[in-house]
Amino acid sequence: MALVGDGLRQAFWLLAGGDADVFGITLRSLEISGAATGLSLLLGIPLGVALALGRFPGRGLAISLVNTGMGLPPVVVGLFVSILLWRSGPFGFLEWIYTPIAMVLAQLVIAAPIVTGLTLAAIQQIPDRFRLQMRGLGASRGQLLWVLLREARLPMLAAAMAGFGGVISEVGASLMVGGNIRGQTRVLTTATVLAASKGNFDVAIALSVLLLAIMFLVNAALTWIQQRRAP
Amino acid sequence: MGQPRLADRGQAGGRRGRSRARGDRTRPRWPAPAVAALVALGLGLLEGAPGQGAPDRAVILATTTSTQDSGLLDLLVPLFERRTGYPVRTVAVGTGAALRLGADGDADVVLVHAPALEREYLGTGALIDRRLVMHNDFVLAGPPADPAGIRRRPAGTAASALGQIARTGSRFVSRGDRSGTHLKEQALWKAAGVVPGGDWYLESGQGMGATLTIASEKRAYTLTDRGTYLAFRRRLELGIVLEGDPALANVYHVLRPDPVRVPRVNVAGGRALEDFLVSPAAQAAIETFGVETHGAPLFFPDAGKPEPE
Repeated sequence: MALVGDGLRQAFWLLAGGDADVFGITLRSLEISGAATGLSLLLGIPLGVALALGRFPGRGLAISLVNTGMGLPPVVVGLFVSILLWRSGPFGFLEWIYTPIAMVLAQLVIAAPIVTGLTLAAIQQIPDRFRLQMRGLGASRGQLLWVLLREARLPMLAAAMAGFGGVISEVGASLMVGGNIRGQTRVLTTATVLAASKGNFDVAIALSVLLLAIMFLVNAALTWIQQRRAP
Repeated sequence: MGQPRLADRGQAGGRRGRSRARGDRTRPRWPAPAVAALVALGLGLLEGAPGQGAPDRAVILATTTSTQDSGLLDLLVPLFERRTGYPVRTVAVGTGAALRLGADGDADVVLVHAPALEREYLGTGALIDRRLVMHNDFVLAGPPADPAGIRRRPAGTAASALGQIARTGSRFVSRGDRSGTHLKEQALWKAAGVVPGGDWYLESGQGMGATLTIASEKRAYTLTDRGTYLAFRRRLELGIVLEGDPALANVYHVLRPDPVRVPRVNVAGGRALEDFLVSPAAQAAIETFGVETHGAPLFFPDAGKPEPE
């Protein structure tokens, strides 16, 4: 247990001292996972709405695929993104492997099904009668969509949180496609793995505490927005 | 992270509600076969965990990624398990962490390759019974184009080659993980009088296999043990640009924690594994390992020979 105490003390000094390495790693984590979450919202919300409201052949299969994707193992994503991006792979010419771009891509693949699935659930929660009533009152398709999205905004905020929480805490894919290169693709989770494998357990604890603090702050901010707007 | 779970529950509840509305009266129930399978799985896991002090108490071996990545342990560990009945749990980490795991009693045996660091632990008395197991050597691997021109000066030392890499600003991938390979690399930079850093110097912080892959993809040089290089060669666009410098020797020793300091270690199991690694059977296996697949041995058995340093 002394290890945990040392780790917390170390975490405090790393933060208080403004350690450039740790600061860079933290910033990079936020940038990469933030970008991946943002893109997954752009992709996942329209997809989730389409699956919730649309009626087309293969819809059941598509929903099953999305639900499976919500639990996609990051290492599997990492492996396939690596195979695609390695120089021997079909997209090797882009030279994206072991760059932050590759990490955003992998995290997008992880987060998009989560956002899609939760958006789908959020829209489906709204009773069918509400939609019928809106139609009956003469709402256009666009107006209906807008109202539904407004109604579903709180669960969809949860979708954003879940997506972000999923990718910033993910290590398998980031390690495989990013390479954990210092100053380039090293993020909080991969840095924690490295610190632990070096035997620097105090630094590993410090980085874990930082990661937890970030997740708490982001979730607290979003929850605050959610609760403030709640009726 | 409570929110998404709430939303999840909402979804499940919604579905249940609808199915009930359709007149389906049966309550959702766990399918019996699934429950049975889960229980069986749980029991199986319990059974696999031997109790403290049982005769088949597992031996924890902390070792380096190079012995794991090359596949040597996949050969030696089952051999040991068959001979002695001790199950082995292998933890492949950097040499620094392996030694620390041993010193803290979190591992029963360590198989590592950083003589200077090993001597520090022997000095403090945390680790004891150090025995020479085998050696191979490090090589400098680099892209076929050889931008630093190391192959053109065949008589050069490893240190001078690193100096050239630094001078030409050619990319170099370092393990950066305080592993035996990383410690060797740092010693070579010191000998070259270079403090590595800058755009050309990448630190992967990963095992040898991953670092070789990164070096290959980035068209960079890297210092690697020959074993892992040979095991990965087919997948890499990297050639050996320098080898044979005596400074590149890579010597493996086995050590174990002092049971007086850390009483909870598996003393008998640890000693059995140490004895096995230097036994004629293991040494013979080491000698022939890799010859068939790679055309050359990856390690050279050294048990009982005088210390190289």
